[in-house]
Amino acid sequence: MKIAVLIKQVPSSEAKIRVGGDGRSIDTDGVEYVVNPYDEFAMEAALQAKEKFGGEVVVFGLGGDKVEESLRQCLALGADQAVVLRDGAFDGSDSLGVARILAAAVKGVEPNLVFCGKVGIDRDDAAVGVMVAELLGMPHVSVVTELEWTDESHCKVGREIEGGSETLEVTLPAVLTANKGLNEPRYASLKGIMMAKKKPMEVKDAAALGIDAGTVGSGAALTSVVKMEPPAERSAGKMIQGDAAQMVQELVRVLKDEAKVL
Amino acid sequence: MAKKILVFGEQRGGTLKKSVLEIIGLAKSISGGGSVDVVTMGEGIGSIGETLAGTGVAVHVADDASLAQPSPEAYVAQIDAAVKAVQPDVVLFTASAMGRDLAPRVAARMGAGFISECTSLEANGDGFAAKKSMYGGKVFATVESKAGAKLVATVKPGAHKAAESAGGGAANAMAVAAPSSLGAKVTSVQQQATDRPDLAEADVIVAGGRGLKEAENFKLIEDVATPLGAALGASRAIVDAGWVPHHYQVGQTGISVSPKLYIAIGISGAIQHLAGMRQSGCIVAINKDAEAPIFKVADYGLVGDAFEIAPLLAKELEKACS
Repeated sequence: MKIAVLIKQVPSSEAKIRVGGDGRSIDTDGVEYVVNPYDEFAMEAALQAKEKFGGEVVVFGLGGDKVEESLRQCLALGADQAVVLRDGAFDGSDSLGVARILAAAVKGVEPNLVFCGKVGIDRDDAAVGVMVAELLGMPHVSVVTELEWTDESHCKVGREIEGGSETLEVTLPAVLTANKGLNEPRYASLKGIMMAKKKPMEVKDAAALGIDAGTVGSGAALTSVVKMEPPAERSAGKMIQGDAAQMVQELVRVLKDEAKVL
Repeated sequence: MAKKILVFGEQRGGTLKKSVLEIIGLAKSISGGGSVDVVTMGEGIGSIGETLAGTGVAVHVADDASLAQPSPEAYVAQIDAAVKAVQPDVVLFTASAMGRDLAPRVAARMGAGFISECTSLEANGDGFAAKKSMYGGKVFATVESKAGAKLVATVKPGAHKAAESAGGGAANAMAVAAPSSLGAKVTSVQQQATDRPDLAEADVIVAGGRGLKEAENFKLIEDVATPLGAALGASRAIVDAGWVPHHYQVGQTGISVSPKLYIAIGISGAIQHLAGMRQSGCIVAINKDAEAPIFKVADYGLVGDAFEIAPLLAKELEKACS
């Protein structure tokens, strides 16, 4: 089985995010970058599928030097190959541009299965995985929380919906976007980390991917962030005093009379 | 500039998604004398077509057994047929499980720009401007579409006034455009037997964290939530510990919420949790540590023992809300 995993590098969820000097992007100074948390579930699902059916896991990441760290981590976890997608022409792509780049790259390995996280926790778009499926002409299931293999080309997956879940039968090839709860991602072993250093990591540009540079990057972007603002400050609240019973009575009173939310 | 707008009329099991009417309301307010069309699909949904048409917009209904269950492949083909007929400037979806599943695929098929989770959307000359949260609520972005470019957007429920339906409107029947075989097919739907509202759409949320000490103590949260008719929320710490399912998680790697009232019990307030709930109307924090960061965003703070306060609060709320 040939499995492609799409990896994004994002600021850690613990990072404090400040708006940058240009007022339309974040200040990256001192921000710790990590593998997008949902991509870790995608990576684990890929490794489990490989363990079950054999084959190869290829990880793809778009970006500068930093993404190489994330891809190297995936190699340490057990991916076989990494591909870095890098070209000045890619800068400023919107989600469809990113999806075009990833789809072109993924197509090259003719995967049976493509995994990615359900959303990147930076822009919160949840767009690229589903777009890649459309561009590859594959079915997709998004927000997958359960995965059970029937055989090498069929699986049953569960996805969350409002107030419940859906179960789907999937015939490969397909794109699955992973949610938390799908599995428990493993940690890299020392042996894995040593082996990762010797595994292939290739860098591909627009020409190598056969991408028309006019369809990606800032020139082709149909949406752009024009402004970023911090959330509104909340004014200092009121600390309610007294013993437990007094505090509770006072709380219910203010919720009713002041906040008017009861 | 007059805009042509196509709205996806999401329904599930024959029930129209409430927020579709909000999106029709939004569409009417930004169309600037253009047009608003709605495309809806499913099986046995004639009355939904009538309700939608009762809002005074053009409605296109695809009613067929092959569309009984949502499927990106089938539904996107159907929406695409409507796009070709209507030639909209923008296609709007609810930011729901179904809308999030379909909208990016429609955008890729149309070669359109895409903006997700919009809290506001307006016409902006020959394009559109939207606001959305990023980094799990740590920043808010204004995103613009390029002049003259087609756009697909998902809109957060609860942010716009619903269009009123007089009911009984006439809808146009559409030919079925769905492919005959599907690579991913819904075989069953499980709805949880619960009276509680969905976390993402709830007006009141009561959430618990590590201060509860053990999984079984989450019952204290349920007891406070019940008289309020509230949804249950949780911090990442107790989701990761396996006390409650992931869909309870509020925060950057869970759900971002903005209810009218958010009561946090035993939650200290990690940065990624605060990002996901600080847009709430009124925030109440109950924590034994007076220095806990949660108090910095709380309107009302109670420093004390959750095990003592929560049962008393449940009782008082029962009295107050009955």
